Amino acid sequence: MNIWLKPHRIVLLLMALALVVYAGLSMQWDWVPRYSGLLLHGIWMTIALLITTCALGFLLAVPLGLFQVTGPKPLAFACRGFCTAIRGTPLLLQLWLIYFGLGSLFPQFPEIMDSFLWPYLRQAWPYALLSLTLSFAGYEGEVMRGAFAGVPAGELEAAHAYGMKRMTVLRRIWLPRAILRALPTLNGEVVLQLKSTPLVATITVVESYAVTSTIRQETFIIYEPLLLISLIYMVLTAISVVIFSYFEKKVPVHDV
Amino acid sequence: MAPANREDSVKAIEVIDLHKSFDSDEVLKGVSLEARQGEVIAIIGGSGSGKSTLLRCINMLETPSSGTIKVNGEAIEMKSDGRGGQKPANRQQVRRIRTRLAMVFQNFNLWQHMNLLDNVIEVPIHVLGRSRAEALEYADTLLKRVGLSEKRAAYPAFLSGGQQQRAAIARALAIQPEVLLFDEPTSALDPELIGEVLSVIGDLAREGRTMILVTHEMKFARDVADTIIFLNEGIIEEEGDPKALFDAPKSENLKRFISSVT
Repeated sequence: MNIWLKPHRIVLLLMALALVVYAGLSMQWDWVPRYSGLLLHGIWMTIALLITTCALGFLLAVPLGLFQVTGPKPLAFACRGFCTAIRGTPLLLQLWLIYFGLGSLFPQFPEIMDSFLWPYLRQAWPYALLSLTLSFAGYEGEVMRGAFAGVPAGELEAAHAYGMKRMTVLRRIWLPRAILRALPTLNGEVVLQLKSTPLVATITVVESYAVTSTIRQETFIIYEPLLLISLIYMVLTAISVVIFSYFEKKVPVHDV
Repeated sequence: MAPANREDSVKAIEVIDLHKSFDSDEVLKGVSLEARQGEVIAIIGGSGSGKSTLLRCINMLETPSSGTIKVNGEAIEMKSDGRGGQKPANRQQVRRIRTRLAMVFQNFNLWQHMNLLDNVIEVPIHVLGRSRAEALEYADTLLKRVGLSEKRAAYPAFLSGGQQQRAAIARALAIQPEVLLFDEPTSALDPELIGEVLSVIGDLAREGRTMILVTHEMKFARDVADTIIFLNEGIIEEEGDPKALFDAPKSENLKRFISSVT
């Protein structure tokens, strides 16, 4: 039987439909066409920030996690320190420290102001990108540390016993195996990252949440833009969950 | 079976005066053995006798505290580790030698993120540098041989222990090794799955492969081995022809061991 056709599900679907109809009829939505361009820009910014910061953050998280497992000790200590600092402070604070801190530091160096980077460094988004990336790296570094450490020693031993170089073991066995272990956690972390993105509105980056603020200020409509934006976040979350569960189901793993 | 004249055949593995300590605990106390080409050696002994450690020293999964390992006459170069012990001097040499010795583990140690076929072609492609087509063709033959052709696309988590161990044997054969090392290959299996794995190993022994086998299956050892080595508390207490050794054990320890396991 189709999973949507069970009685309780039909009731829930009808209730959801009724809510949508009620919201559509009784609330005020005439502002939507006027702001559709801005809304799309905001959503695009949210998605772009999410994907790039998760991708870059994960690239950083791999060595952060690996060095904590393999050492050498000073490097392991430094990585651990980074992860602890990131996880121990609010993202909002990190964002402001980077934006207001670096942002006021850079103009003091003529070399930077003359460089080709300056047109970018004058804008807000590079700071948003940097701080969200570092935040994701901090959390995922810890996740990857656990994932690397948890790969069964026997599988790594088998790789060495068949003459693999260390880098080959890492590339072919250890890393893919660790990522597989970390997938369910990564899924949750990506969703959390999505919901951290509105913070960048506080440093003037125009993403989904910032757009609703603009609409509120210009039209004095408060509730409807917030509803719409909630719906958008839920849809993005659902998409992320679907993508991850596809990969989780692809390779079933029993750990011995 | 071993060639009739043992002295004429090449020494595939030679272990000379091997010692191995873990901290202050000396597990191997001067073990020497040789496996000639085509010879099947079974190492038996109680738990803690050092049999697995001995096997693992041969491909340097454990670093011997002292002593020499030779593979086809080539000694594995060792150097001081600066703390009174030693370590392999030449990692490249160790890797090269490891590709000639295939190990089958007690816990199979198949790579869980790859299906069976990928497990079998992994080393030929990514270590030996064979072409994918060549590796696939040979893997097909091997999976058929261990009776797992239909399971080639299955992941290890979906297979029984017996199937996993047979796949691990296919992975070992894929590198066309000079010597097969078996580390208690049936000890982690349910009793009803032991037979299917032993029959594969038995076939390999009969086709003249050089094998060193650590096992608790005494009847099997007696059937397939050319030489039995009885290890007790880190020394070889008795070795020789399986019939002589089992029917007329000389040492008290071996007598006791045989009566305890049969």
